[in-house]
Amino acid sequence: MRYLPLTPDDRSAMLAVVGAPDIGALFTDVPQGARLSAPVDLPMHMGEIEVERALTGLAAKNRGGAQGPFFCGAGAYRHHVPSSVDHLIQRSEFLTSYTPYQPEIAQGTLQALFEFQSQVAALTGMEVANASMYDGSTAAAEAVMMAHRITRRPKAVLSGGLHPQYADSIATLAHVAGVDVARQPAAVDGEAEIIAAIDAETSCVVVQTPNVFGTASDLTGIAEAAHAAGALMIVVVTEAVSLGLLKSPGEMGADIVAAEGQSIGNALSFGGPYVGLFATRERFIRQAPGRLCGETVDAEGRRGFVLTLSTREQHIRRDKATSNICTNSGLCALAFTIHMTMLGETGLRQLAALNHAQARKLAMALSAIEGVEVLTPRFFNEIAVRLPKPAAEVVEALAGLGILAGVPVSRLSPEAGLDGVLLLAATELTTDADVAALAKELSGVLA
Amino acid sequence: MTLQTIGRPTRAEAIADSIPQTLTGARGLLQHEPLIFELGGWDKTGVDLPAPDLDASDLGDLARAAPIGLPGLSEPETLRHYVRLSQQNHAIDLAIYPLGSCTMKHNPRLNEKLARLPGFADIHPLQPQSTVQGALALMDALAHWLKTLTGMPAVALSPKAGAHGELCGLLAIRAAHEARGDARKRVLVPTSAHGTNPATAAFVGYAVEEIAQTADGRVDLADLAARLGADVAAVMLTNPNTCGLFERDMIEIAAKTHAAGAYLYCDGANFNAIVGKVRPADLGVDAMHINLHKTFSTPHGGGGPGAGPVVLSEALAPYAPTPWVTHGLDGFTLADHAPQGSASFGRLSAFHGQMGMYVRALAYMMSHGADGLAQVAEDAVLNANYVKARLGAVLTAPFGGYCMHEALFDDEWLDGTGVATLDFAKALIDEGFHPMTMYFPLVVHGAMLIEPTETEPKAEIDRFCDAVLALAAAAKAGDAERFKGAPFHAPLRRLDETQAARKPKLRWRPEEAPRAAAE
Amino acid sequence: MRFTKDHEWVEVAGDVATIGVTAYAAEQLGDVVFVELPEVGKTVKVGDNLAVVESVKAASDVYAPLGGEVVAVNDVLTGEPETVNAEPEAAGWFTQLKLSDPGAVDALMDRRQYDAFLETL
Repeated sequence: MRYLPLTPDDRSAMLAVVGAPDIGALFTDVPQGARLSAPVDLPMHMGEIEVERALTGLAAKNRGGAQGPFFCGAGAYRHHVPSSVDHLIQRSEFLTSYTPYQPEIAQGTLQALFEFQSQVAALTGMEVANASMYDGSTAAAEAVMMAHRITRRPKAVLSGGLHPQYADSIATLAHVAGVDVARQPAAVDGEAEIIAAIDAETSCVVVQTPNVFGTASDLTGIAEAAHAAGALMIVVVTEAVSLGLLKSPGEMGADIVAAEGQSIGNALSFGGPYVGLFATRERFIRQAPGRLCGETVDAEGRRGFVLTLSTREQHIRRDKATSNICTNSGLCALAFTIHMTMLGETGLRQLAALNHAQARKLAMALSAIEGVEVLTPRFFNEIAVRLPKPAAEVVEALAGLGILAGVPVSRLSPEAGLDGVLLLAATELTTDADVAALAKELSGVLA
Repeated sequence: MTLQTIGRPTRAEAIADSIPQTLTGARGLLQHEPLIFELGGWDKTGVDLPAPDLDASDLGDLARAAPIGLPGLSEPETLRHYVRLSQQNHAIDLAIYPLGSCTMKHNPRLNEKLARLPGFADIHPLQPQSTVQGALALMDALAHWLKTLTGMPAVALSPKAGAHGELCGLLAIRAAHEARGDARKRVLVPTSAHGTNPATAAFVGYAVEEIAQTADGRVDLADLAARLGADVAAVMLTNPNTCGLFERDMIEIAAKTHAAGAYLYCDGANFNAIVGKVRPADLGVDAMHINLHKTFSTPHGGGGPGAGPVVLSEALAPYAPTPWVTHGLDGFTLADHAPQGSASFGRLSAFHGQMGMYVRALAYMMSHGADGLAQVAEDAVLNANYVKARLGAVLTAPFGGYCMHEALFDDEWLDGTGVATLDFAKALIDEGFHPMTMYFPLVVHGAMLIEPTETEPKAEIDRFCDAVLALAAAAKAGDAERFKGAPFHAPLRRLDETQAARKPKLRWRPEEAPRAAAE
Repeated sequence: MRFTKDHEWVEVAGDVATIGVTAYAAEQLGDVVFVELPEVGKTVKVGDNLAVVESVKAASDVYAPLGGEVVAVNDVLTGEPETVNAEPEAAGWFTQLKLSDPGAVDALMDRRQYDAFLETL
């Protein structure tokens, strides 16, 4: 057992120091009747060769994104991550360290977190950001809880363009927190319709741009309406690269931004681990969930960083904490920060422009197909199209032809009555040949 | 002879006695590294991308006009910046990391390699299920291992960390009570619990009440019985508890809890001590989260990501969150939505949980096997008892007898030395070790909680114990100076946390470095 | 000046009480980094949460020693929470309450009784 350094001689010598007759004596407090007398019914230990063979076999049963044209999005995006990013996050000192509770020997992690918070604040156009949440959806749910604490009002209104799984995640927490959730019906371009639903009981409106149908919207009017009614505007962003091209939530009046950071630095990985970005206004920071890294000085006056404002957190405030979150997404946040540093503003803008251009080509190619209607009026890198057949069937047929053609809306919300609607995303990894192949095979499947 | 006249001093004594401060702020190989915002890279990028062949005119005034304010670096500068930062961190790969309750064990690199296979890392959560049968099989296999090791009939894989698992467990408990029309108000938690326990219970809408502890560090059964009642939804216990002790009355606690119509939630943060030795189901547990980043060695990564699957009893299984994997004649199916009439409490997050962590944890479990996992628990417990025995000669322990996977000491032995637990911990940094967990659990004054884990060799544990004992001798000999200002040899000296909290600076701002911003 | 066992002090003038935390409490709290004060106009009963005082590693609730309506809060503490450490029983006051029952203050400890109480801790 290659991960266990103790030898039989070590164990004997240590038991002698402990003064125990055998290892069983150390488990004396475990009720006799509950102790296992034999190993559980699972395979015995395996060498590296066997484990690698078994799991490589399972991996081979999945169709990786590089195996053919790929158009899946809907909250998780296939982007290129520079090789250096993965190399750096596998440095022992980043990979195998704990939460930086001893700042004198964790400045590497802390400074990177400070850079992360600074980048996220700049990117979202907000004043402050925290050191990450689990993912975009849990960040959104926490944002709704935070708005409830700030406004002490009972109702959250969710737009019909909000990712349905985000709305579901919010509803789960809202139920136990006593927050009423008003979900508006699914709408491709209906963010502004939320204004009519704002009333004196509304703590927050939750809007998304680009929304789950790909529609990019100016949210300024919604922010004004929400603020006039004493409510907060929470902006959800599931495609962080879009912030390189589109107006930031902060510029449009957001009070809290809850975003998914996966697109920058992190692999698709079948849905996780990802990294939630959480940003807000300075005056709300004591109501924010999660860790915060702050700047200070050491005993010799040198700049350093520490975790701060910890009295909000569970390990100090216990049942009065702003959230129960402890472990967050540290290493994914580091990957985000390193990738963002490599991009810089110049690279991020180029990347975003390239994504948008590829999506425009995708939209043009699809709208040229008989029976296909592009629904999304203004988009970043993702569009919704209406097909003359159920989208799930079309996607399955195209998968058989080696094309992962996107996400049917019915997969996200079977009850929405949008069985013909398909979501397709293009990124910098989408080639013109991929688009041409999709258009050709889709025409065939629909014919 | 040929008289060589350009010799130089080669003995250490020849070096000057006093240590001059460096002129650059560096300390030998440790560079003083500015923030990325201070490196002047406002127009730089470390990527080469093709130019887009269509513009963004279709977006009109939705397009960003103002600068974002993000610096960039070329690839070599990026590498250097982050490698320099990394060198300021402690890590398991450098030395023992004896944080009690955190289970800082070796992270096998095989697991990193496997999680990065394109068949796992480059698959989309919503691509057709026919194209991800291997991923669903892996989730099913992980579920099987977790259920078998705990003896529980069901598991919810999707929680993203331990605290998220607690949330999952309490949501299931609340749903179970609500389904019976039996809204309950209180959750009982021992004073020694992790802060996440009361925080989670409050998040789920319960009032939290503390259970007293006995003189030997366990749950006070009489106090528990007195507090149990018709409005108690759950009892949340950690077993082994945060004092490193097994709750030997667990079966009776479960019986009392169930008799009151409540559920027993177990915080599985310390499962490493008992994996393969005892199954939580046989102790009467209804729900328990398993920190894959503790017991099953997925890397802590400087604070995540983790994963916190929750095993559930027969009584709670119907309330498990979506999604879940089922196995039929034509392969595996992922149920994204609960069927009509399901009692599921709903969805915890988008997608299906921490796949990257599942791969690593399963690789770790398969490597150890049923036999190796039992050995993990035995070695973890032996190592902790060895630490307790060696240090117990000098340090004072609040509770006698054997411990489980972690050894707990208080600060009574420091009385009169002028050295506090914090000072002692900081002095350990100077000796090359990460300190133990301090001031937790709250029930022990000046607590020092040491968890070596099973992956520490005896020689490393001895090295650590020797250092602690040497420092203890120094403290008792009146050498308080060594402690009060410590650390002296770390990348930074002690940091001013008061200033950080009074005048929070949570991001870099241009006005703080006008020269850089002007570039 | 009167005192409570929860280490609050009260100074009554007419029907208005000025409230803060004692020098002993300020010493025990360590460096105060933040004080959360109630809104003016809020009505509190004896024992209600009146404020929260935070150090780096702890947050402590301050309970209302008497009932009444909050008529003033010490805004100085917002920008300079260290005032609680520097002058806990003067410039570091927290709030002023218009008392619903001014006579209730007589039930609280006087300085001599509070000092005797501290001896027992």
